[in-house]
Amino acid sequence: MILRGRWAANRIQQGNKMAEEPTPFERFVQGIVPENPVYRQLLGLCPVLAVTGDMKSAMTMAGAVLFVLFCANVIVSLIRNILKPHLRIVVFTLTIATFVTIVDRFLAAYMYNMSKALGPYIPLIIVNCIIICRCEVCGSKQNVFAAGADAIGQSLGFALALASIAAVREILGTGMFFGVRVLTENWPDWVIMALPPGAFFTFGLLLGAFNWVDSIRSKKDGTG
Amino acid sequence: MSEKQDTDIKEKETVKAPALQAAVSPHLSNTSFTTRRMMIDVLIALVPVVGMAVYIFQWYAVKQLLICLVSCLAAEAIFIKMRGKAFTLTDCSAAITGIILGLSLPGPAPWYIGFIASFVAIGIGKVIYGGLGMNIFNPAMVGRAFVMIAFAGSMAASGYLDAQSTVDAITQATPLDLFKQAGTTTPLMALFVGTTNGSLGEISAIACLVGGLFLCLRRTASWEIPAGVLVAVAVLGGISDLVTPDSKWTVIHHIFGGALLFGAFYIATDPVTSPLAPIGKFIFGLGTGAIIMLLRIFSGYPEGVMFAVLFMNALTPLINHWTIPKPFGAVKEEAEA
Repeated sequence: MILRGRWAANRIQQGNKMAEEPTPFERFVQGIVPENPVYRQLLGLCPVLAVTGDMKSAMTMAGAVLFVLFCANVIVSLIRNILKPHLRIVVFTLTIATFVTIVDRFLAAYMYNMSKALGPYIPLIIVNCIIICRCEVCGSKQNVFAAGADAIGQSLGFALALASIAAVREILGTGMFFGVRVLTENWPDWVIMALPPGAFFTFGLLLGAFNWVDSIRSKKDGTG
Repeated sequence: MSEKQDTDIKEKETVKAPALQAAVSPHLSNTSFTTRRMMIDVLIALVPVVGMAVYIFQWYAVKQLLICLVSCLAAEAIFIKMRGKAFTLTDCSAAITGIILGLSLPGPAPWYIGFIASFVAIGIGKVIYGGLGMNIFNPAMVGRAFVMIAFAGSMAASGYLDAQSTVDAITQATPLDLFKQAGTTTPLMALFVGTTNGSLGEISAIACLVGGLFLCLRRTASWEIPAGVLVAVAVLGGISDLVTPDSKWTVIHHIFGGALLFGAFYIATDPVTSPLAPIGKFIFGLGTGAIIMLLRIFSGYPEGVMFAVLFMNALTPLINHWTIPKPFGAVKEEAEA
């Protein structure tokens, strides 16, 4: 007990309050829309802006984040009782870096072109704040099941956000969806949508739309 | 209780203090000097330019201008309605944006270019910032920049050309592009009168001068801005003449060719996106002219008015910060050590 340090002791004292912490199912549901990492928390915007030019790379990125976040969250949750508070960020980062390296090498081995296309954005998952945030908020405080469910929920939310932006950008920018032509041949490609400004425009407008829908919904709840 | 507090805070948040965009004092009141009057002045000043465009490009110009005008008005109506603001079509600002946007596009550009540019101009260029008076960038130029990058094929030099066209001007390359690609110089007279190809409004130097002088005399446009642009272009063009004395494209060609005069008088003078103090306006003009010359001489683009104006729009708050004079009797703030 003493060896675990004051922080761990605090955690055990707070264990009585465990009932107030979200259940695994709540964690899972919250990640998808109510606490969507991109549209609600505005985290991890670097890949959101950088790799949403087409659906394929966006979904590869979402898959990579799912793997890294799930593994990191589970590992952090398993070692949460032996974590020293002042070293926890280092431990989080090392854990995340391990899995990011695995993903990076895996992509380079089996999906070489995708690995080339994503370039530095796969290694950059290490500093993706969604993952370190989930490790801090959920992984280091709750049990493995909650951490795992949280990771999957947040990753799905992230995938949803990437897909929404990438779909708009790919369809307008190239007339294609997942590399399959969905608009007519004489569709004038909106080249700007495939370029960085398109990411900012699309993300800004979708974020606005998200907030707009939310404000209408909360207004209804408030009066009804 | 907490809910009530929340609603109180929300109410406070929705009632925003007006962001005042006042010119530097003295504030002489003149009730006739309204947004609507200014905009109607601009419309009158645009008559020679529009007339020249319609004369040279015929139905190309009519079609392009109508598309931009109607789409801008529609976009304004839709977006203002979405924001729940008062009806603002009658102040004519959307109409001006539409006409200037239309005049800055090439005649043969397909219909969707004007349409998309208009919606981007009004939506992303203006209403998203809070409507007229709040926008950072010139709306028409935001719309044009968007389509210029989105549809590079239709907006680049080749977009101005249509060899099959029955309109003479459209069958030849634009003067700036001819010079950049082939080194051919267009006669000064053609540039001055405007019998060349180009964006609808930019072709005729004389039409822009007449309309621009009218705007300056009416004080609707500040003369400092076009003066600054012309000074910068004359100086840099003069230097470039001295450096390359063999070049047939002289400083006069630089001034009369391309969108320089149109941009200097109609686009850069937008009162919303240019500095407030006279000296600031002059600096703004100088900067615009200098960037135009830099882009014309050193960049891959034949023309740089649009990017120059957008760039200087971004610098406008900084220029304001430097140039707005201290009120009489104000204590100079001590520099923080």
